[in-house]
Parts: sequence; C-alpha cells; structure tokens
Amino acid sequence: MLREPSFLAEKASEIRRDVVRMIGLARSGRLASSLSIVDILAWLYWDVLSVDPADPWFESRDRFVLSKGRGAPALYATLANRKFFERDELWSYRRLGAMLQGYPQALRIPGVDAPGGGSFGMGLGIANGLAIALRRGRSPCRVFCLAGEEELQEGAFWEAVIAASRFCLDSICLVIDRYRTKEEAGIPSASDEAFCEKIRSFGWTAEACDGHDFSSLGGALRLLGQGAGRPKCLLARTRLGKGVSFLEGDSSGESEVLDRERVDKALRELEKEEDPL
Amino acid sequence: MNAAGRSTGDAYGHALISIAASDERIVALEGGDAAWSSPFSESYPERCFNAGGAEQNLILTAAGLALGGDNVFVSSYAAFLTGKGYDQIRTAVAIPSLPVRIAGLGAGLTAGEEGACHQTLEDIALMRVFPGMTVLVPADYTAAFALLKNVAGVQKPVYIRLGAAATPDVYEEGDEAFFPGGGRVLREGTGVTLCCCGIMVHEALRAADVLARQNISAEVIDCYSVSPLPVQAILDSVHRTGCCVTAEEHFASGGLGEAVASLTGANYPVPVKMVAVFDKFGQSGSPPELKEYYGLTASQIVSAAMQAWIMRRR
Repeated sequence: MLREPSFLAEKASEIRRDVVRMIGLARSGRLASSLSIVDILAWLYWDVLSVDPADPWFESRDRFVLSKGRGAPALYATLANRKFFERDELWSYRRLGAMLQGYPQALRIPGVDAPGGGSFGMGLGIANGLAIALRRGRSPCRVFCLAGEEELQEGAFWEAVIAASRFCLDSICLVIDRYRTKEEAGIPSASDEAFCEKIRSFGWTAEACDGHDFSSLGGALRLLGQGAGRPKCLLARTRLGKGVSFLEGDSSGESEVLDRERVDKALRELEKEEDPL
Repeated sequence: MNAAGRSTGDAYGHALISIAASDERIVALEGGDAAWSSPFSESYPERCFNAGGAEQNLILTAAGLALGGDNVFVSSYAAFLTGKGYDQIRTAVAIPSLPVRIAGLGAGLTAGEEGACHQTLEDIALMRVFPGMTVLVPADYTAAFALLKNVAGVQKPVYIRLGAAATPDVYEEGDEAFFPGGGRVLREGTGVTLCCCGIMVHEALRAADVLARQNISAEVIDCYSVSPLPVQAILDSVHRTGCCVTAEEHFASGGLGEAVASLTGANYPVPVKMVAVFDKFGQSGSPPELKEYYGLTASQIVSAAMQAWIMRRR
C-alpha cells in the first residue's frame, strides 16, 4: 500500500520529534545517527514491510533486522508510532529495567525480530539465518536489514555479503545508511557507483538512492526487484542529524548529549519543518 | 581401549542424523574445511549449510536460524568458533539467550600435530563465563551422542566440546542419562573426590585403581556438565571425603577446576588440587605424547590426590 509522500513525511517528522525527546530525556543515545535513518524507517514501516502491530509475531510477517544499533531510538519511535507498543515506553528509554534498552533486544519488544546491533556488523549475518529459516519453511516473506556505513569496516559484514550470495538469499534486502560525505568516506570506496559495483561483484543487485526521498527509495527497490535469485542492496544516501540544522552532516557531534536548551531548539525546528507540507 | 577408536567428535553427525528424522527443524551449520563436514551433511544435504571458514558469519547465521524457528546446531574448529566467533556468540546468542547449540570440534590439546594455534585450552573458560550458557564436556562417544540428542530440546544456548582423538569407552553403548547440570558418580569412595571431564574421566578411573591399592578410596565424578555444575553430587562427595582433585584437558585458569574450587570454597571449603595445563600453550605432537608432556595423566591425578588427601578436611 503506497502512501502519499506527505503522509510519510508527517510520520517521519513525528518520529524525529520523539527521537529528540527520548534522547533528551535519557540524556544518552546517538541523536545524529538516529535522525539519519528516520525517513528510511518511515518508508519501510508504512510503505514496504508487511507487519501487523495487532499481531506482531504473525508467522508470515516480513522481518526487519536493525544492524545499525546506534539508530535504536529511531526504530523505537517508529514502532511506537506504528502502535506496536505504548508511546509512553519511549520516555523510559535506557532506564534501569526499561523495555527499551540501549540496543534492541530480540523478541522482548513487540515488532523487534532480532538483536539490534551494539557490536558492529552483525545484522546481515543474522538476516541471512532468518532468510534461510523462512525459505526452509516455504515462507514468501522478506528480510530487511538496515546497516550503517560504519559497519562496512567489519570483516563479519563481508563474510555475510558472501554467504547471502552463496545461499542465493533473494529475500534479503540490505539497506545501507550512507551518511558520509565523499571526503570522509575512504572506506570502502568514495563513489556510490563504485560501491554498488563492489556489492554487485559479490553476486548481489545494488542501487543507490536518496535515503530522504520516499519515491527515490521506492523506485530503487522496484529496480532491484528484477534481480531474481540475488540478494538486494539499497545504498541510501543520507545526512547525519537530518532535520536538525545544527546537527546535520556533522559527525563530530555524534555522541554529544544535547542540553535542555538545544533539545528545545531542535524540537522548534522540527515543528516548523512540518508546516510547509 | 575400544576397538572402534571413536572420538567424541564422531558422535556429532551420528547424533544429528538420529534426531533429524523426527524433527524437521533440525539444521546444521558447518564451518571450516571439508575435513570437518559431518555425515549429517551427506544424509541431509538440504538441511546442512557450509559457508566455509567464516566463523563470525557462521554464528550470526545460526542466531538468525534460531530466530526463524529452526533447531540449530553449529560446528567448526573449537579454537576458531569460540575465538573468532566470540563477540558474535556473546552479542547474538548469549545475550538474547537463543537456543543455538555450538559444537566445538577438535577441541583441546589432543588436536595434536596442528600445534598451539589449533589446540584450544581456553574454550571452557570463554563459554563458562556467559550467564545462561550450558557448557558440556563429554568423556566418550556414548556420552557425546546422548548429550547432543538431549540438548536438541533445550531452549537455551549450549556449548559442547568435542575432541578429534579417539577416546576409550567409559559408558555402555546406548546409555542416555546425560543432561545439562548432570554428573555421573562412576565410582564411590570416601578418601578423595576426583572431579573430571572429557578425556580425563578415563584417566581418573585409572588413577582411582592405583589409589585403591594404596588404601585411598577415590570417588570419581564425571562432571560432563561444567556449567551448570552437578552441584549436589560434588558437595555431597566432598562432605564425605574432605578433599578434591580436578582433572581436565584445559588451562587451569577458568576451567572445571576453578568452577569446583569456587563452589566448594563458598559452601564447604576443602583443598582442591588441579590437574590441568598450567600457564603454557600447546605445541605440535601426537595426542598421547602431548598428554604425557602436559601432565594430563592418571599418575598426575594420583600424586595430586595424595597431596590433597594429606591436607584433607577432617
């Protein structure tokens, strides 16, 4: 079910505001990394994934594996907005005893199918296992995995890239949050096209797209749909801190905790952003 | 010595085959080279996946299969599975407490000629520290076969240590009474408690024969479940004997010996002497030579037992 871009934009804006609030309240968590993947998550959860908040574990649901654990607040806020659990849970994020731990715990949070990172480069390998199990069970459902560009430095990531191709896991769709500027990138290659070629050389299909543009994401996924028998990779160009001007594109402030004043400033900015749409 | 000359590792494929027919969710992930592929892969090629020597991905894929509802066994060389795959076991299996059975093949000093790199003497320590991880070290083919069968229904992470060298039979073929948390009192005695696991069980039984001739009656407990330990059997025994010797094919650090010492220390302190590898890596050699060189023998157990007995709690 394709939604109006304005609907998705509104959802993304609501999620961004919740992300700022929950990290502000917790005084801990990675804001810039979370904001960069909000549009991707809104697109996935309202436009792409076959999931049911009323029955979060139904067997033929599409699976989602968050490899980029740093973006956990964005996933939490998305799941809450999608009504997988009470929005109030967001306000105890990272507190002792909270359901929403620093990194997502598998099967303990409605809608969370797999352990969510914490240690880099693990999501794709887990997604591979899920895809094999689902294929064995003749389930037609897909497995989406969202990884951060920083995880591509891990050997285990590339082991999983090879294995997905070796086992012909065409139900896998890996989305890479590619937020580095060309100057910062270096690893593994500077240009999007060179990167896509690299992934294709392992037997995948791959397309680059704009990770903040829903129709670009959708278009790239449709293109990949034609590569039967091969795992799919979407290289989604994003910006760290997307939506908050004083965080955008600045990887140095990644782990900085915003004080009260800057939380308010970020919220005001995100509220303004909503109007023109 | 048994004529068949079977290792605990030989039980791996056989046990999986024996349970696979009645449980179609049983799948095996195999790492390493072809030498480590089990007969299971021949009997059930569609339920066996080998992605080469990539142990990190192997563990992650096992976690994914478990999340997808499959009944997963994953095997590779113990040194690399627990070494390279450590962070993956910790993050993707142990913390979420997924039912993944990890079989470390070619474990211990008796990996033999390959030398120090392949001889893992720390895998028990690495796995034992994880909350909720069951750690099993069978003494022979029969025990390994039964444990592998019995853990298929355990909904928690399990590490089972399997060796490549043939071991003498300790148990009657078909004996299936082996479970996580279990231990077997193989000989009753009142003079000294011998807690052992793996290839050292046979050595401990031989040591008990020697000790009997010297009028020390040794109680031999096969602590095949190193975590959780067979707590009651061990404490009951040391209450009677007042002293203990542990024996294992592992570093003294972090293995069965330290587990037993910490259990008795907290509950009923008695002298605990350890027969293990002290502060040295392995090296190339034949399994019998290595056992002798590193002191993993019945005679070492006998002398440790004499020392413990002299210091025994009365």
